[in-house]
Amino acid sequence: MKKFLSLLMGTIMAAFAMTGCQEQGAASISTDGSTSMQEVINILGEAYVENNKDVKFTYNPTGSGAGITAVKEGRCDIGLSSRSLKDEEKAEGLEETVLAYDGIAIIVHPENPVSNLTVEQIAKIYKGEITNWKDVGGEDKEIVSIGREAGSGTRDGFESITGTKDSCKYRQELTSTGDVITTVSQNANAIGYASVSAIKDTVKLVSVDNVSPSEATIKDGSYKVQRPFMLITMKDKKLSETAQSFLDYITSSEVSKLISSAGVVPAN
Amino acid sequence: MKQKQNFLENAIHIMFLMMGLVTVGFVLLITVYLIISGIPAISKIGFFEFIFGKTWSSTHATDPQFGILAFILTSIYGTAGAVVIGVPIGFFASVYISKIASLRKKNLITSAVSLLAGIPSVIYGLVGMLVLVPAIKNTFDIPDGSGLLSAIIVLSVMILPSIIKVSVTALDAVPSEYEDGSLALGATPIETYFRVSCPAARSGIAASVVLGVGRAIGEATAVVMVSGNSPNMPALFQSVRFLTTAVSSEMSYAGEGLQRQALFSIALVLFLFIMLINALLNFFMKKSKEES
Repeated sequence: MKKFLSLLMGTIMAAFAMTGCQEQGAASISTDGSTSMQEVINILGEAYVENNKDVKFTYNPTGSGAGITAVKEGRCDIGLSSRSLKDEEKAEGLEETVLAYDGIAIIVHPENPVSNLTVEQIAKIYKGEITNWKDVGGEDKEIVSIGREAGSGTRDGFESITGTKDSCKYRQELTSTGDVITTVSQNANAIGYASVSAIKDTVKLVSVDNVSPSEATIKDGSYKVQRPFMLITMKDKKLSETAQSFLDYITSSEVSKLISSAGVVPAN
Repeated sequence: MKQKQNFLENAIHIMFLMMGLVTVGFVLLITVYLIISGIPAISKIGFFEFIFGKTWSSTHATDPQFGILAFILTSIYGTAGAVVIGVPIGFFASVYISKIASLRKKNLITSAVSLLAGIPSVIYGLVGMLVLVPAIKNTFDIPDGSGLLSAIIVLSVMILPSIIKVSVTALDAVPSEYEDGSLALGATPIETYFRVSCPAARSGIAASVVLGVGRAIGEATAVVMVSGNSPNMPALFQSVRFLTTAVSSEMSYAGEGLQRQALFSIALVLFLFIMLINALLNFFMKKSKEES
């Protein structure tokens, strides 16, 4: 009886022990954070693993906030954030490195005649001060403003760039970039925002202050609605050799082509 | 030999006991965890401000507001709406399946209902988003079709399988002597079903409704895709957020601090609702067992 119990206990404990630590050896790089950065970080990860076959690369799509927390708690090597660190986060010893710039596209339904808006008009639309398309040169239809959920890096980026922080009146708050694009493509009255890299042909891009989003206009800063993609690390904690070499690799200029292929503008 | 058999018997007994304890353990773990992580925010925000506050603006830089009355009311209205639409359909469907339909039709409809139950929520959401929302927008000539009404319609379809399956089981269990007696006294078959069979199965049917309520109030994936998800006070064509979607849509981005804690508190409120519904369900199930 006792023998059986101890055997059972032993098996259970062994099972737990094995799930507890997946090989956290030197030859692994774990990244965690912004879902907007998924495409670019996966391309970079694959390219790095291609050259370093024995390295294991992982990316955990949790969101900017969760990624920053993960770095702080030591649960990953490099955090990914699509917003700059807040002052209190910097005070906790976190450090940021710009990987790339992401333009946030303003999108409308393909049948919408409006093709240009000023930053001020966009802000007024989202604050609910302009509620009809005819006030910005469109048809006489009510504007349906579509945004992202509170805490989303894209929403944070959009609101801080347009100066509408905490004052947006959204008709819909959707939880993913894909949902925003699909919803805008379904509704002729809708306006939405999403990463330039994710835009499909089903929606129409609006130029902002007569500048349409492109690699050149985002990099030279003439396209206003853009935000940084950040790599987050701890200031006084040394990265593992593998993680450091990965960080050096993805911030070097040799990967700029790869970063561009993800639809964002490389910083270096 | 006998001893060996005894040993095996005991061993298996203990194994089953442990499996049972694992389930109980998980329930306890979740309950304790939710209570521990849900209480701090409520006490920080204040119970009345939290439950009866009308404004939710969790990421406001200077003056964050954590009032969840809108979420609670939305969840209640949404569930009630789904029950108003779903229960009559489910009830009549179960009477038809259990009493009127021929065996072939019964099998056909039952397997369709099972299939409906097996469709993942995200599919309901997707179809709702691409078909229902534009349809509502065009029918009512409003700028945007997503909102409480769309969510109610999606939910009422989603709760149909729970209602039909449990009701059919309850109706099938009505002793045929009751029905035979009624028929022998000269009642028509339809009279018999509604005057004799349904009253006899009422506890089971009530349990099916409660089960449907539980399914509707706990649904997140499908409603987030059709409800608009803005934290407004509920109205039929207004973009609304449910208790479930309030937790799921902000959890992935919420950093440490009050916002995250408040989400746990919302989960705790939701959990209390589910407990209440479960208690009701147990009550009706027990009654139904006593009756039959």
